[in-house]
Amino acid sequence: MEILTQIFSLETLSSTLRMATPLAIAAIGGLYSERSGIINIALEGLMLAGAFIAVVVSYFTGSPWLGLLGALVFGGLFAMIHAVVSIKYHADQVVSGVAINMLAAGGTVFMLNIIFNTSGTSESVNALPYWGPFKPTVYIGLLVVFIAHYVLFKTPFGLRVRSVGEHPHAADSVGIDVEKIRYICVGISGILAGLAGAHLSLGVLDSFREGMTAGRGFIALAAMIFGKWTPFGALGASLLFGFSQAVQIRLQGLGIPTEFVQMIPYIFTIIALAGVIGKSTPPTAIGEPFEKGKR
Amino acid sequence: MGVDKIDIKELAIELLIPLLAIIFSFIIGAIIVYTFGYDPIETYAALLQGAFGNLNRFADTLLAATPLIFTGLAVAFAFRCGLFNIGGEGQLLVGGLAAAWVGTFDGLSVVVHVPLAVLAAAIAGAIWIAIPAVLKAFLGVHEVITTIMMNYIAYAMVAYLSLKVLANPGEIKTPPIEASAYLWRFSNILDIRSYMNLGFILALLVLLFIYYLLWKTTIGYEIRAVGINPDAAEYGGISAPKNIILAMLISGALAGLGGAERTLGLYHYYIQGFSPGYGFTGIAVALLGRNHPFGILLAGILFGALSNGRTFMNMAAGVPIDLVNIIQAIIIFFVAADLIFRQFIPNKSEGGVA
Repeated sequence: MEILTQIFSLETLSSTLRMATPLAIAAIGGLYSERSGIINIALEGLMLAGAFIAVVVSYFTGSPWLGLLGALVFGGLFAMIHAVVSIKYHADQVVSGVAINMLAAGGTVFMLNIIFNTSGTSESVNALPYWGPFKPTVYIGLLVVFIAHYVLFKTPFGLRVRSVGEHPHAADSVGIDVEKIRYICVGISGILAGLAGAHLSLGVLDSFREGMTAGRGFIALAAMIFGKWTPFGALGASLLFGFSQAVQIRLQGLGIPTEFVQMIPYIFTIIALAGVIGKSTPPTAIGEPFEKGKR
Repeated sequence: MGVDKIDIKELAIELLIPLLAIIFSFIIGAIIVYTFGYDPIETYAALLQGAFGNLNRFADTLLAATPLIFTGLAVAFAFRCGLFNIGGEGQLLVGGLAAAWVGTFDGLSVVVHVPLAVLAAAIAGAIWIAIPAVLKAFLGVHEVITTIMMNYIAYAMVAYLSLKVLANPGEIKTPPIEASAYLWRFSNILDIRSYMNLGFILALLVLLFIYYLLWKTTIGYEIRAVGINPDAAEYGGISAPKNIILAMLISGALAGLGGAERTLGLYHYYIQGFSPGYGFTGIAVALLGRNHPFGILLAGILFGALSNGRTFMNMAAGVPIDLVNIIQAIIIFFVAADLIFRQFIPNKSEGGVA
C-alpha cells in the first residue's frame, strides 16, 4: 500500500508531466510530418540539435529565451534537409531520417569540441526560469497538443495536410500544392522537435551533454504511433510513457528491474501495431514520394 | 531493372553514384574543416595515414570494417527482399551477448566451441528480428517501426542480462570467454600489433555465400522476386510471406554474426556499450555498396578506414574525431538522394531508382 501511495504521489505526477513534455512535443512534431505523408524517424536528431543550439545561444547571449527561439529556428531549418532530400529528391525517407540522426549526433559533439573544448558536457548556461511549479516549456507543450488538434481537425489547412497524407493525387487534382504542404509540415516537425530538445537542455538541465536525448525521439515516435497518429492520443501515450519513466526507480523497490520498465513504450507500440488492442494504422500515402501525374 | 539483365549504362551509373557521393561528401567535410580553422589537406592526409599508414593500421582498418561488413550485408539482404531492417544494432547486440555467454562454457574443443558460439550469435540475431518478420509477413506491419522498437528493447535487455545476470557484481563486462572460443588472431603468426582476427575471413566467406545465395540459387531468386514485386511473385507461385520471413531471419542472423566477431575476436567478453552504432553505420555501408556484396566489402573497408583513421587525424591535425560521423551522414544523404546526380545524366532511364 505504501508503495502505491508513493507511486501516485503528487511528486510522481508532476515528474510524470515533466518527463512527458518532451515526448508529447516531439510526438506532435512527428504527427504533422507523418500526417502529410513524410516519415519522420529524425525526431531524435532534430531534438538533439535543438537541445544543443539552445545551450549555445544561451551561452553567447546570456538569454535562455533567445536560446529557446534559436532551437525552434534551427530545428525548422535542420528539418529542411530532410524535407528537400525526401520531397524534392525522392530519397527514401527512412534513410534520410537515419542520416539526420547521424549528422546530429556527430555534428553536436564536433561543435561541442569547437565551442566548449570538450566531448562530454558543455558549460552551465542560463536556464529557463520556473513559472509556478513547472518550466515554461511544460505549459507550451500542453498548448502545442491542443493547437495541433485544432489545426489538424478544425481548419482548412489541417484538412489539406490530412488529404495530402492520405490521397496526394486526389489532393493535387483539386489544386492543393502537395509539396508545399509537406515542406510546411516537415518544417513544423523540426520546430517542435527543437522545442522538445530545448526543454531538455534549458528546462530540465542548464547544459548540453553528448547524446542527451538518449532515445527520447524514438519514444516520441512510439507515442505518436501508440496514440494512433492523433494529438490527444499522442499526449495520452506520452503521459503513460512519462509515468513509466517517473516510477521506474520506485518500481525497482518492488523488485522490478528498471530495464524492464524502460522497455514498456516499445513493447506497447509493437502490440498496438499488431492490432491486439485497437490497431494503429499509419496515413495511407506515408513514405511515398509524390510525382505529379504518376500513380 | 531486370532481375538478371546487365545494362552497361546502368552499371556505370551504379558505380558512378557512390563515387560522386564520396567525393562530394569529402569536399563538404573539407569546407567544414576549413571553416573552423583547420587545414583540410593536412586533415585528410592524417586520416589516410591513420587508416593505411602501415601494416598495423591497415590490419586495424580491416578489423574496424568487419562488423560493418556484417551489418551492411544484413541491411542489404533485407533490402533485396524489399525490406528495411533498421534493427541491425539490436540484433548485433544480442548476437554479441549470446556469443559471449556460450563462449564461457568450459571443456569444449576449439573446433566445437568457436562454431557453437558463432552459431549462437546468428540464432540470437534471427530471434531478435522474428517478431518484426512475422508481423510484416502476416499482418503487413511496417518493419521499420518494429525493428526500431526492437533496438530499444535490445538495449534494455542486454543491459539487464549483461550487467545483472552474467556479470559479477560491480563489473560492467561479462566474465571472460574460454580460450577455446577465441577467434584466431593474425598476430599469432604475423608480426603485427592488431586484434584483427578470423572474423574478417568469416565476413569474406559469408559475403561470398550471400552472393551465391542471392544470385545462384532458387531461394535467392524468390527472395529477389518478392523484393521487386511481391504481388507479381505471388502470382508466379512464390510465397511472399515465406520469403519475407526467411529474408528477415537471415538478415538478423547476419547482424548477429557482427556481434560475435566483436566478443569472440576483439574483446573476449561482452562489455556494455561496445557498439558505437555498427547497426546504423551498416545502413550507410549497404546503401553505398548498392546492396551488392562486393560493393559492401568496399564500402565496409571505407567506413572502417574512416573510423580507424580518425584518432590519428585528431592527434595530427587537431580536428575533432566526430568529423568522420558528419562525413558518413553526408555520404548517406547523397547516396539516398541520388536524383541529385541522376538529373545531370542525360537521357536517364525511366524509374531508375533501384
